[in-house]
Amino acid sequence: MADEALFLLLHSEMVAGLYRAAEQGEGENGRCITKLENMGFRVGQGLIERFTKDTARFKDELDIMKFICKDFWTTVFKKQIDNLRTNHQGIYVLQDNKFRLLTQMSAGKQYLEHAPKYLAFTCGLIRGGLSNLGIKSIVTAEVSTMPACKFQVMIQKM
Amino acid sequence: MLHKTKQGLVHIENRRSISSITECSKCISCKGGREERRELWRREGENTVTERRICCSRKKRYKQAIKYFKRYTSNMSRPPGRKQDNHKISRELFVLTYGALVAQLCKDYEKDEDVNTCLDRMGYGIGVRLIEDFLARSAVKKCRSYSETAEMIAQVAFKMYLGVTPSVSCTSATGDEFSLILDKNPLVDFVEELPAERASLCYCNLLCGVIRGALEMVHLAAEVTFLQDKLKGDAVTEIGIIFLRKTEDKKHKRNK
Repeated sequence: MADEALFLLLHSEMVAGLYRAAEQGEGENGRCITKLENMGFRVGQGLIERFTKDTARFKDELDIMKFICKDFWTTVFKKQIDNLRTNHQGIYVLQDNKFRLLTQMSAGKQYLEHAPKYLAFTCGLIRGGLSNLGIKSIVTAEVSTMPACKFQVMIQKM
Repeated sequence: MLHKTKQGLVHIENRRSISSITECSKCISCKGGREERRELWRREGENTVTERRICCSRKKRYKQAIKYFKRYTSNMSRPPGRKQDNHKISRELFVLTYGALVAQLCKDYEKDEDVNTCLDRMGYGIGVRLIEDFLARSAVKKCRSYSETAEMIAQVAFKMYLGVTPSVSCTSATGDEFSLILDKNPLVDFVEELPAERASLCYCNLLCGVIRGALEMVHLAAEVTFLQDKLKGDAVTEIGIIFLRKTEDKKHKRNK
């Protein structure tokens, strides 16, 4: 309940702090998104371990993606993913129409250029979670209208 | 008569015969004593035929009752400890994120003081916003003294956000300085020990910034520092709050 506010505030401070540091530093602007994504990766790995301690084994990739969309997303963002699409060849698109980290920012096209900063951590979160469930992937995000956003997961065959 | 409804059921027969009037019971919701109508429904794709008893005039009520029942039982079928698990996991999310943040800051800055300052500044930014959330959730009355404020922080705020209740003690005669003693610090749940080269890192410095920022938003200037830290080898974790008196009286004298 109250933890939600804490996490949201911590996340926005993290993004702001990293970018502030980058501005004062030697101009490593492109690295901030990578840093956020790596943080999310580490957190996702740890979180998925604790979360799936008692759950049954997953049957296949689609089952894992459904778990991410329902249980994982509900625990982290208190709601489910609104739409999951796949081409059955390793590409999944998760659509969230009211992404928790963007609702407070704007409800349209305003501040659209700042949105990717706030999605990097979540991309890492998904990638980390999948990696500890045995799936190597690349996760990207796109926003066309806030607060809706789409996460695209590309499974890498090893 | 065959037609499809939204739920996929196919209505195959509407039966009302003389024998059914005499054998069916009175409609339970309809007090007029009208007879029930029995209908046979066959689910699409299955072979079972179920009989549904629908009151002739209160069809809507029955349907609503069935919907409510289904929703209620589906909620009950979830395992009982689920909400607590979710609560625990969202707290772990916060703790893990904080850990990742400190790790990243340690990579970026070489000196411990820089990391501490950065954490404090972030905590300040969080605190100025968190106080509004806190006041909205707890709806507490105005605190009349510094000791009440310190008690409020320890017993209400810490309990609400971190689930622990530190003990408060006044450490000065003037009633300006307090210390919160935490036996259990949830932020360090996953930390075993500080690395050797980071001996003077205040891992939980964010908390100091949060308290400082929150107090400033209610017009109370304060200095918050860590007096003892379990991670550095002390017995307990102790946070010291020093309330700074406002210098209004001095200003008045100067104007005169």
